[in-house]
Parts: sequence; structure tokens; C-alpha cells
Amino acid sequence: MEAPGVGRAPGPRPAGPDAEALLTAVALGDQEAFGQLYDLVSGPVLGLVTRVLRDPGQSEEVAQEVLVEVWRSAARFRPDKGSAMTWVLTMAHRRAVDRVRASQARTERESKAALLERTPAYDEVSEQVEARLEGQRVRRCLGALTERQRESVTLAYYRGLTYREVAQLLALPLGTVKTRLRDGLIRLRDCLGVTA
Amino acid sequence: MNDADLHTATGAYVLNALPEEERIRFEHHLRDCAACRQEVAELSATAARLGQAVAAVPPPELKDRVLHHIATVRQEPPPVSGDRFSGRVRRRSLPRLALAACLAAAVAFGGVAVWQHQEAREARSAAQQQAAELAAVLAAPDARVTTGKLSDGGSGTVVVSRAQNRAAFVASGLADPPGDKVYQLWFNDGGRMRAAGTFHPARGATATLLDGDLGKASGMGVTVEPAGGSRQPTTRPVALMDFPART
Repeated sequence: MEAPGVGRAPGPRPAGPDAEALLTAVALGDQEAFGQLYDLVSGPVLGLVTRVLRDPGQSEEVAQEVLVEVWRSAARFRPDKGSAMTWVLTMAHRRAVDRVRASQARTERESKAALLERTPAYDEVSEQVEARLEGQRVRRCLGALTERQRESVTLAYYRGLTYREVAQLLALPLGTVKTRLRDGLIRLRDCLGVTA
Repeated sequence: MNDADLHTATGAYVLNALPEEERIRFEHHLRDCAACRQEVAELSATAARLGQAVAAVPPPELKDRVLHHIATVRQEPPPVSGDRFSGRVRRRSLPRLALAACLAAAVAFGGVAVWQHQEAREARSAAQQQAAELAAVLAAPDARVTTGKLSDGGSGTVVVSRAQNRAAFVASGLADPPGDKVYQLWFNDGGRMRAAGTFHPARGATATLLDGDLGKASGMGVTVEPAGGSRQPTTRPVALMDFPART
């Protein structure tokens, strides 16, 4: 029998000071704190990795690697440099992107046609994102970007493309894409009220 | 990239959208650019919000697997106060890094960059931190190396540093494991196999630090195991290698 609430989405619980305190305890070898931290971060980690990698089996494997890595390297977390959630998700995104690029390299890199095929990043994202509170905020702010900025940011982040691939895909100069990624994130930062 | 280009690369950098070579150059630039570091911190936090927005519901058994796994994973020691870097080994001192980079080139492993700059490390993933630790083993003055053939036609190299009490395994030409399987590393403690982490071969070659201390291990092995690894080997090893003799 499933415990009540098992099938429920973890929801956008605020990362707050809790996650930082937990991660600090984890760094001292506290397995119980790790269990609690797991509850806070595993949903975002798995969701993000799955978004980039697509393949559910591979995504779960990478999510597991990331979560074990959180345990292993918790002592490297420095609260003055950013939140625990940012630290964990930065690691998760990096791993997912490394994995997607390694498998791409094996298949001689994807053709432009193949890239285009897996492009409907934003619509798909907005659909999934809509249901949540955090998602709604992010979606509203993504909506405040220019279409060009949004396209570039979502292709890079949710698809794991390099800016060169984004440029190729959108037939734009490299410098333009780089600028759009930065300007898009700055606008998103201001809209979400993010402070580092 | 010229300097102006470097400044605008903050966005691509936090999205992990810079190709390897440009990323390394950008991290070098970060060392001298406090404004860029601040922007990178803010934009990293912003990117993380994009990640939180697509949260999924993990299957309950994932938690069991992770909790089970961490019980066997040794944690990194906390940084020693007064020293921003780890107290165990001065793993990021420059000569070592330079040497590590040469070794890295010599064994030609792909996907793992060991010549990174400490200044940018806050923004880097733990996977890369592991690369630095790996570099420390590869560059250890007492590092000893053995190379052998793997059963599937690739070749494997073991690097052992007794001073650091660690070992690394470099595989090249290793086939992808079947399905959702992974390769698992083992210390050979006089015939008893001790789990030492899992890895997935990247393109070309893969270098992996074995989890845990050398202890009294006399060698190491590699097997194919289900995702997440096993407590004991469940398949015939693709490699079984003795550690180089003490000198």
C-alpha cells in the first residue's frame, strides 16, 4: 500500500534557509539530514535531468548520480556563494548536459534536422510548467522575454545545446546568440527578483 | 574571444552552453573579473529557477536506492580553515595541475577537464571537482601505473598513489554497457571485492577515481552491473588488474 501523498507532486516548497542548514548537516555526515534534503531537491533534480535527457531510464540514473554526488561533496557547498538549491541544480544541469553531449559525440553530433526535430522546447515547457506556482512565476517571466531571447534560453537550458548549436539552429551570428542568452537571463533575473 | 566577448559569455556560461575550450577560457577570465563573478552567481540562481519550474515526482524507490548508495560512499573532507582548498592534498597547486594536464593529454581521456581554475570552482559542478581530485592522483609524485587489455578489446590503465591512498582507472575503447547497465569498479581486498563506484564510458576514454581508500587492496576489477551498482559483483569482470608493486 502506498503511503498517502506518495503520488503527489512535491510542489514548489521554498528552498529557504532549511536546505542550506540541511546541506551543512549533510557535510558532517548526517544521513537523516540527507534524507530530508533529498525530499526537497530530488523532484527538481529529476525533472531537470529528464527535460534535458528525455530518456526516463537514463535520466533516473543521472539523477541518482547527482544526488549521491550531493552527499559526497556536500563539504564544498559554501552558503555565502548561493543557495543550496542553486548548487544542486547547477550540478544536475552540468551532469545532464555532459551526458547528452557525450552521447551526441558518439553519433557524430546531431544533424541540424535532428536538432530541429527536438525543438519545441518552449511550448512543451510552458505546458508542464503551468500547473505549478513556481512554474507560473517562471512562465510569466519567460513571457516577459522577447521571443528571440526566450527561444535561445530555453534551447540552451532545457535542450542542453551549446550557443553555437543554438546559432546554427536559428541561423544567427554567434555573438547575437551569446548576447541573447545573457540579456534573456538578466531580464529573467530582474523579473523573478533573484539575488545571488 | 576577445575581452568584450568574454563579458557577454556569462549567460552562455551559466547555461553550460559554452563549448569546452571557451568555458575554460571564460573561467580563466573570471579570476580577474569580480563583476563577472557577481553576474555569474546571480544568473546561476536564475537558471536554477528554470530547473525548479520543471520539477518531477521521483519514484519512491529512487530514494531507497540513493540512501542505500550513500551509506557506501565516503564523503569528501571539509575544507580546512585558513586554506580554501582541501587539507588532504594540495590538489590544485599549479605545477600539479600543469603536470596533470600533460598526463591527461597523454592518456587522452575525453570529457573530463582537469586543468581548470580554482577561482571559478564555486560555479562548477561536483563532477568537475572530482576531475580535480582525479588530477591529484594522476599527478601524485608516487603515482604508479599499470596498463592491461580489457576482455572486450579496450584497454585499461590503473594509476595508484599510495601516499594519497587513492586509485584511478582510465579506460579506453570501452563499449557502452548494455541497456541501463553501468560499469562498476571494485577494490580487490585479497579476493574480496569492495564496491568503488560506478561509471559510464564517455566518448573515447574515461578516467574515474575509485571511491574509497586503497586500504589493503592489492588490485581492482570492473564489472557490468545494473544502474546504481551492486553490493557484490554479479557478472564476470571485464577487467581484473593487480596494482603496481610498491617501490
